[in-house]
Order: sequence, then C-alpha cells, then structure tokens
Amino acid sequence: MSQRQVLQVFEQYQKARTQFVQMVAELATRPQNIETLQNAGVMSLLRPLLLDVVPTIQQTAALALGRLANYNDDLAEAVVKGDILPQLVYSLAEQNRFYKKAAAFVLRAVGKHSPQLAQAIVDCGALDTLVICLEDFDPGVKEAAAWALGYIARHNTELSQAVVDAGAIPLLVLCIQEPEIALKRIAASALSDISKHSPELAQTVVDAGAIAHLAQMILNPDAKLKRQVLSALSQIAKHSVDLAEMVVEAEIFPVVLTCLKDKDEYVKKNACTLIREIAKHTPELSQLIVNAGGVAAVIDCIGSSKGNIRLPGIMMLGYVAAHSENLAMAVIISKGVPQLSICLSEEPEDHIKAAAAWALGQLGRHTPEHARAVAVTNTLPVLLSLYMSAESSEDLQLKSKKAIKNILQKCTYLPALEPFLYDAPPNILKHVVGQFSKVLPHDSKARRLFVTSGGLKKVQEIKAEPGSLLQEYINSINNCYPEEIVRYYSPGYSETLLQRVDSYQPQ
Amino acid sequence: KETDSNNFGELQASEAMATLAKLLSRSDFLESQYYFRNRAVDSVRKFENDAAVAIQSWFRGCQVRAYIRHLNRVVTIIQKWWRSYLGRKYYQLIVEAAYYTMKMNLYNEMAVRIQRRWRGFRIRKYCFNYYYLKEYLRAVSETNDAIREALEEFAEMKEREERKILLELEEKQKDYQARKTHYLLSTKQISGVYNSPFREHPDPWEVRLQKAKPLEHRKGSAMKSKTAHSLSSWLACTSARSFPRSASLPPIDRKRCQGPFRDINEVLEQRYKPLEPTLRVSEPIDHLHVAREAFKQEERMRNVQDKMFLPFSSYHKKETYIPMIHTLSTYDSPSYGQKYFRCQDPKKWISDKDFQTVLPSFELFSKYGKLYSKAGQIV
Repeated sequence: MSQRQVLQVFEQYQKARTQFVQMVAELATRPQNIETLQNAGVMSLLRPLLLDVVPTIQQTAALALGRLANYNDDLAEAVVKGDILPQLVYSLAEQNRFYKKAAAFVLRAVGKHSPQLAQAIVDCGALDTLVICLEDFDPGVKEAAAWALGYIARHNTELSQAVVDAGAIPLLVLCIQEPEIALKRIAASALSDISKHSPELAQTVVDAGAIAHLAQMILNPDAKLKRQVLSALSQIAKHSVDLAEMVVEAEIFPVVLTCLKDKDEYVKKNACTLIREIAKHTPELSQLIVNAGGVAAVIDCIGSSKGNIRLPGIMMLGYVAAHSENLAMAVIISKGVPQLSICLSEEPEDHIKAAAAWALGQLGRHTPEHARAVAVTNTLPVLLSLYMSAESSEDLQLKSKKAIKNILQKCTYLPALEPFLYDAPPNILKHVVGQFSKVLPHDSKARRLFVTSGGLKKVQEIKAEPGSLLQEYINSINNCYPEEIVRYYSPGYSETLLQRVDSYQPQ
Repeated sequence: KETDSNNFGELQASEAMATLAKLLSRSDFLESQYYFRNRAVDSVRKFENDAAVAIQSWFRGCQVRAYIRHLNRVVTIIQKWWRSYLGRKYYQLIVEAAYYTMKMNLYNEMAVRIQRRWRGFRIRKYCFNYYYLKEYLRAVSETNDAIREALEEFAEMKEREERKILLELEEKQKDYQARKTHYLLSTKQISGVYNSPFREHPDPWEVRLQKAKPLEHRKGSAMKSKTAHSLSSWLACTSARSFPRSASLPPIDRKRCQGPFRDINEVLEQRYKPLEPTLRVSEPIDHLHVAREAFKQEERMRNVQDKMFLPFSSYHKKETYIPMIHTLSTYDSPSYGQKYFRCQDPKKWISDKDFQTVLPSFELFSKYGKLYSKAGQIV
C-alpha cells in the first residue's frame, strides 16, 4: 500500500463528513424530515462534529443543530441534555465569525422555546460570551448575539435581569446606532424584550440612553425597524408615569402620528400601542396627546384597518375618555363615536367588540351631553343585542352591560331610550324607566310624545314588585299624567269598562 | 251708827238664822231635790259632753281650715310672684337665644349667598369655563383637521415616492430586458422582430433596443455566488450553502514539495511576521523637539529655577537693553546646510519658520539581516 492510498482514505472520510453535515443541515429545513432525523439519532452524531478539525464542518454542524433545535422544544431539550451548550459557549469566544454566528443561532434556537431552556443557556455562562460577541467587529455576529440575548430575555424577569447583569444594555444601545438596518432592528427588539418585564428593567434601558436613539428612528423608512422601535418605546412607557414622560420628552409626538398612516399594519398597531401606553397613565399625558391631534390620527387609523390592529387604538380612545369629561368631549368631537360603533358592529371577534363597548361606556358616562352623543349614533341597541346574545363571550356581555348602564344613567335623549322599554331585560329596564322618571316631570313636550308613542302604555304593562325601585319610578311617571290617562292605558281597562256596561241598569 | 250697824248685823244674823232655819226645814226636800237633780244631770252629762266635743271639733276644724286656706292664699301669692319672676328671666334668655340664632341664620344665609356667587364665579372662570371649554374644543377640532390633512399629505407623499420607486424598478427591469435581448435589434439589411417592414412605424421596443447597450459576457460564477449569499440570507439560515466555502477542502497530506524550496517554518514566519516599520517611519520626525520638551518637563519637575540670577542692586534697572548687532540683522544665519528649495521672496512664504530638516535613514542598516530575500545581504 502506498502512502497515497492511505491518505486517500482520510480524504474520503473528510469528504463524507462534509457531505453528511451539509445534507443534515439541508434536511433539517423541512419539518417533515425532522422526526426521521431525530429517530436516526442525529444529535449524537452531530455532537462530535462540532469539534471537527475542519471549520466548515463545525459551522455546518452548528447550523444543523440550530435548525433542529429551532423546530421544537423536545429537540432543544435534547441539545441541552447532550451537553452541547458548554462546548458551543466555549468555542463562541474562540472561533471565527462564521462559527460565532452559527453558535449564536443554536443558542437562540434553544432559548426561544421555554424559560427552562433559556435558563439552561444562562447557566452555561453563555451570556458573558454573547455580550462579548456584541462587541464584535462583524455586524452579523452582533446581530446573532443580540437576537439570542433578546430571545433569552423575553421569557421572564429573572432572565432579563440576568441579561442586564451581564452588561448587555449599553452594547445593545450602541448596536442601535450602527448603520445596519437589520442589526438596529434586532437590537431594538431585544431592548423591547428586556424592558417589558418590570419598571426597574425599563429604567435600566432608559438610563443607558436608549430613548433618544429609539425616538430618532421613528422616521426611518424601514417598516420592520419601525415596528421594533415603536414596540420598544411602548414597552418602556407602559410601566410608570415617569417613564412615559421620559418617552414623551424625546419629542416623539407629532412624529409618531405619521406611523399611523404607514403601509405596514404592524407599524400602525405598535404606534397605537405606544400612544395607548402613554395615554393611560395620567390626564395630563392624555391631554398632551389630544392637543397634538393624536386622537384624530388614531381614529383615522382605526377606520383604515381591520381586526386586531384596531384593538390598541380602541383601547387608547377608552383610556383618554376615562380620564375626564373634557377629554371625552375631545374624543367625541374628533368623531370617535361613529368609528367605535362601526367597530362594535363590524368586528367579528369578541374581544375587540368588548374593547369597543368598554370605550363607548367610558365616553358616555360623564354627562348627559356625552351620553347623547353616544346614543345618537344608535349604538345602544347594538350594545343591548350584544349583551342579550348567547354567542357573546362572558367578558363581552359584562362589558356591554356596564357600558349600557353607564350611558343610560346619564342619558336624557328619550328617542334613543324608547326602544329599550320594549326589549330590555328587567335589570336594564330599571335604569331606562328611571331616566324617564327623571326627565318627564320637567318636559311637557316629552310627556306628550311619551303618550303618543305608546311608552306610557308599555310602562303600565311592566310588572314591578311593590316597594321596589322600579315601582317607585313607575309611580313618579304616573304622577306626571292625569289619572284618566293612566287608567286608560292600564292593561285590562277595556274589560272593566265592558263590565260596567253589563252591570248598568237603565232607569 | 254703830248701833245701826249692830242692828244691821243683828238683823243680818237674824236673817241668816231665819234662812238657815228655813233651809233646814227644807233640807230633806232639798236633799231629795239635789239628788234628783244630779241624777238627771248625770243621765244627760255624757250626751252633752259628746255634743260639746262634736261642736268644738267642728268649730276648731273650721278654724284651722280657715287658717290653712288663708295660708294657701298667701303662699299662692308668693309663688305667683316668684314664678313670674323666674318666668320672665327665662323668657329673657329664650328671646336672646332666639334672636341670636335668627341673627346667625341670617348671617349664614348671607355668607352662603356670597360664597355661592363667588364659588360659581370662580368655578366658571377657572375650572368649567364654558367659553374656554368651547374654545378649547374648537382648537382641538382644528388641530385634528390640520393633523388629518398633514397625515393625508404625508401618506400621499409616501405613496408617490413608492410609486416612483416602483416605476424606476420597472424601468430598470425593462432596460435590463432590452439589454438582454439586444440581439433582436434590426440591422441595416435585416429588420428585426420589432421592426416589421409591414408597419409604418417600428415598435417602441425597437427604439429601446437601439438605446440599450448589449450585456457583457459573464465573467464567471464566483462573483455571482458571493452576492447571492449576502448577510441577510445567512442570518435567516435559509440554506446551508450560504456558508462561505472554500473551493476545495484543505489537503490532508502535507508532503514536501520538490525543488530547492525553503523550510516551511521559515516561509510561515515570513508570511505571518508582524509589521516592521523602518526607522524613519517608526520614529517621529520632531524627535528633537520632543526630547527637548521632555527635558524641560523634567527640569520643571525637579523645580530648577530657569530665571537668570539678577544682581540685587537697582543700578541696572534703568539700563536699556542693547542687543547685539548680529541679532539685529534680518539676514540671520541659515540653520543647516546650503541648499534651499524655498522661494527667495519671503512675502510668498506661508510660514516664516525655516523648513525642518529630516535626515533620511539608511535603508541598508535598518533592514540588514532581516530580509527574507538574500539579495540585500550583499553589501
């Protein structure tokens, strides 16, 4: 045997390894292959290849592992149990940029499934090396590391705290300032994931000076970047008044409204969410938004979108209206009520309807004027039908009931109230009759109209327990009319008259 | 007279004697009479006594009652006066209290009236100012309109830009297509596909073809594969081929090459040796200045007095300083060397300092013995 023949064996082996790893990596892209691969024991075969002498094989093996782990949490757990992580973490610091990317991809794929898996990554000490990777020269490595950090941090407060403690935030803030759009996007998303858990974490992000950079990027033409930036800002603003004020002080206000006109649906949604998170804290912040014309923009945005995109906008209107009657009035004059009633009647999903019902209730509960503005758009029958319908969820029923109650207790617009006399359940009827009993003694035209439209007759037909609140209301309505009329409209009056005819004896 | 009186006495005595005799004669009768009479009296004595007691008791009762009545009347009078006194006193108190409460009620009512006016005024002025609210709402609706308009404009602008980009892209594609199908251009002899001889005018595509430059031949797939797997496609991990791959695997056997080659370690050392700048590059040109500065600094640190020692007497004070004739002249001595590459006319100089002299280093000395090639070693 010559030397050449011996070496040929090695060469063949190397080629075979390369081919194997590449094929596995290719196969792992299709979900239907994964089970077969798993049954064939791919994990135990890939593991030694991570330590291969040829860098290409190492990288491809890492990539294949990452794809497998990405597929489901069982495989991710298999990666953790196979003690692959320490090896990856060790080589993450040592190897070249391609390997770093692949290793960060594996970490990301493992960490995204559950808090336990993410915790396993943290326990391996991966955070420190990932943070070092954030300082890498290559933007791709930075991006992969930021992505992995974001996936680890998104699970819960402890993991986020661990990421923060590893010193990732200043580097992520630096990454936002890089020129690469993809890197900015992922760094912003990681910041959003970190700051969403608690006020302290959000404060840490703010202290690193993230807000100013994030606020600058609102006008960026890239839609996906805008999504992440707006989401990060809203996650920061949602925790407390101080943080919301910090976000507002970055002068996002007229600028963010342009995002409400964006082509991208999620940009719209995140912008609405940001405005909502700011508006919900105090009347002053809501006032600021109203003064900047934010309410009109949000209402237009609700009108131009469908489904879940509307939800934050609807809630924002509710929050603004809940703060004070002036703000509610501002929402009303911005033509918010028709838009909300459209949402209420058009949206197929219950939770959006529930939000719209809640917002309408908040709008109408302040003064008779507000209630009138809500009642005029004919939303009360819709709310009632939602409350009565058996298909509505419990939450929707509760919300619409509350909204009806809130509006009715202030409503003095009788034409809107009249239909309720005929088809409302007793617990709502009580409020309707109560409103009539308050209005009728003072309004002669309404009294006349009440009789001619048959309301009085209906009131006489209501069965009320003596001594109850409803009976009191009915009595006070009856007191507004002459006795003959009341008796005339009482049920069974004609029979009584006929009986009198029968018993009458002519002289 | 005495006789008279004796007589009289005698008479009297005789008379008494007579009486006595009479009485004695009647004594039985009297005795019985006495007895009967006493007996009669005794028989009614109890009745009379009882009657007397009754009369007396009645009388005395009347008397006491009259007295008590009298006392009562008197007491009533006293009480009447006393009570009327007390009553008047109490009445006085009540009247005062009533007056006080009435007064206070009035004051309170007035205060309420004032407060009502004031509070109403203040609330209307500062909190629920109707006109202000109306104004505010109007302003808000105006802002809303403005914002809506601005946003509409913004969206329109965005759309226009997008359309423009699309158009440009389309134009580019068309252009590329034209370049690609440039061979369909008609020649002088043979009209092409788009230039039908049966038509009056050639197809517009023909014009485009005329303008377009034909595509160059492909230079190889190396460039293409590099661009195909950009960073973004790698990160998405869509394909295993996105990895940079060497054209062939590294050779396993490192057999010695034939020929008079150097030792592999030597070659590698040369390949990976660190940068060795020449003396001229590695040293700063203002070495002298730096050294001087450092020296000065050191002296200052040691706190050496650099002012000259002056004599104590004030004799020299008024002396004017007379410089040497050499230093006065504008024709100062040149710093070094004889050859100048500077303009003679000092007005054209940018800086009035002389050029700095930099001594060239000797290539040979700085690299001697370090060169990879043997050629330089022959001096």
